[in-house]
Amino acid sequence: MAARVVHHKRHGAATRVVAPDAPPRLPMRGKALSDVEFQKTVPTVWWEPQLEYRWDAGAAISRFLTGLKEGKIYGVRCRQCGRTVTPPRAFCELDFKPMDEWVELADTGTINTFSICYITWDMKPLRKPQIPAVVEIDGTVPRVGFLHLIGGVSGTSIAAVRRQVQVGMPVRAVWKPRDRRQGAITDIISFEPLKAKRRRT
Amino acid sequence: MVGAGMSLFVRRALETGKELSYYAAAQALESAGVKRKDIEAVIMATAPDAFDGVHMKGDWLLDGAGGVRKPYMRAYVGGGSGVFSIISGWTLVASGLFDLVLVVGEEKMSSCQPHPQGAFITIFDHIIERPLGPNLLWIFSLEQNRYMSTYGIRNDDIALVSVKNKRNALAHPAAQVAASVTVKEVLASEVVAWPVHRLMVSPVSDGAAAIVLASEQVARRLTDKPVWVQGVGWSLDTSYWGNRDLAYPRYVEKAARMAYEMAGVTEPQKEIHVAEPYDPFAYKELHHLEGLLLSEKGKAPEDLAQGRFERSGPLPSCPSGGLMGVGNPIAAAGVMKLCELFWQLRKEAGARQVPGNPERGVAQAWGDLMQIGTVAVLGTH
Repeated sequence: MAARVVHHKRHGAATRVVAPDAPPRLPMRGKALSDVEFQKTVPTVWWEPQLEYRWDAGAAISRFLTGLKEGKIYGVRCRQCGRTVTPPRAFCELDFKPMDEWVELADTGTINTFSICYITWDMKPLRKPQIPAVVEIDGTVPRVGFLHLIGGVSGTSIAAVRRQVQVGMPVRAVWKPRDRRQGAITDIISFEPLKAKRRRT
Repeated sequence: MVGAGMSLFVRRALETGKELSYYAAAQALESAGVKRKDIEAVIMATAPDAFDGVHMKGDWLLDGAGGVRKPYMRAYVGGGSGVFSIISGWTLVASGLFDLVLVVGEEKMSSCQPHPQGAFITIFDHIIERPLGPNLLWIFSLEQNRYMSTYGIRNDDIALVSVKNKRNALAHPAAQVAASVTVKEVLASEVVAWPVHRLMVSPVSDGAAAIVLASEQVARRLTDKPVWVQGVGWSLDTSYWGNRDLAYPRYVEKAARMAYEMAGVTEPQKEIHVAEPYDPFAYKELHHLEGLLLSEKGKAPEDLAQGRFERSGPLPSCPSGGLMGVGNPIAAAGVMKLCELFWQLRKEAGARQVPGNPERGVAQAWGDLMQIGTVAVLGTH
């Protein structure tokens, strides 16, 4: 069932001014261009930026990435506020002092939230959806985590995915083979739901 | 606040950002009964340079914003920029430095090809998030699901925001995506990133909006119906967004409490008569109504279903039609909300006028990496 969209007068290319009967009562200006006008009729100029970057990962995240290469997820602990958090950071952003220690966390966690995404960044459809999630990593206090992907899910429909992936579900990291790890977030291929009964939200 | 103006909001405008800014700024000046030469300083709110592909676009837009040879500043906190603009303008007037300040919000998102989402990708952390192949919808769909899971909210409840705002926008002459749709139709629209359906997402827009701010004395000379800035507030939460409680925008609450305290508002649910919370996605209006303390945590969907936020309801929310109905030229959309409160509080909103005797309203915007709340309380006293 299609939505009944009410098109205003200006959608005709000729209309330049809408004199409203509601405020602002002064005429409002703007000319809407159709795709055809934009592609064919009006003068346009095209530019594709050529920019490249190479970033170092900094003090804390470099160590985090080195840990991933070894199959370990690291967090950091601040003794003042008592938090153990990941992704690691060099300083506690609340107490504004250096973090006190590095903590090796488990490679398991809990799905804090997830989505089933059927489009790419440029709005192209995806047949097999991506399942991004925030994963709370075991060993953090309070439970916190980072963005990653959920894998090991069969089927592509919302119903199929939701049967297998739920908020509060325990997950475990699926690692790339050791010799293919690069010291990158993608050394973890994804987090896969564990079959265990443990739940928390 | 002594004047307001807008351009039309459209998917793709023939006009440049400068030209759109000029339309809005000229209209705001005209409605205030002042000329550009009377303006002492200009605030320009406009979001990422990457939309336009123009570096330092705030400075490039200067001519359209009426800022030539004047003290001029860009207000830029992503999606929060629109309401941050009045905060910036207010500080200039409140400092005593200027008596008359023009505030302009502009966005031209259509230039970025093939889709402005490409400009948004760089908001994700370049070391540990971008390699995962994210797109902007992820953060919204993740936040919406956490909100729904925490409070047991159904997608039907959220779809009702699209229904309300698109319908409200039918009475807004600048509206881009006004429509009469049902909850069923919203839920039948394509799933872009579950739980977000296409009709729960605001559009890509080009447009501009502007307001004129004056010191108390000058305002009283210019109009017998000034709208006063009673309170402003803003706050940012950590950029480690995976460490945040995604179910509740605590930073919006902090911003709201700051603005309410300044305005002397102690019971916002009674003392706020009309609200324009930021609604770039359907659930965000509900999320923000809770952060603004206008609903209890997790209860905004229920309040909405009971008609509390309808234009004719006890606490009208987004009577303009919001971003879901009028459109979402980022920074301009926030200024549009300020314009709406200006017209509502002066009882000039015509077909959009909320009933009764609204004396105080709140406008709010949100942005950066889901981390800023910007709030302004406006009133007739």
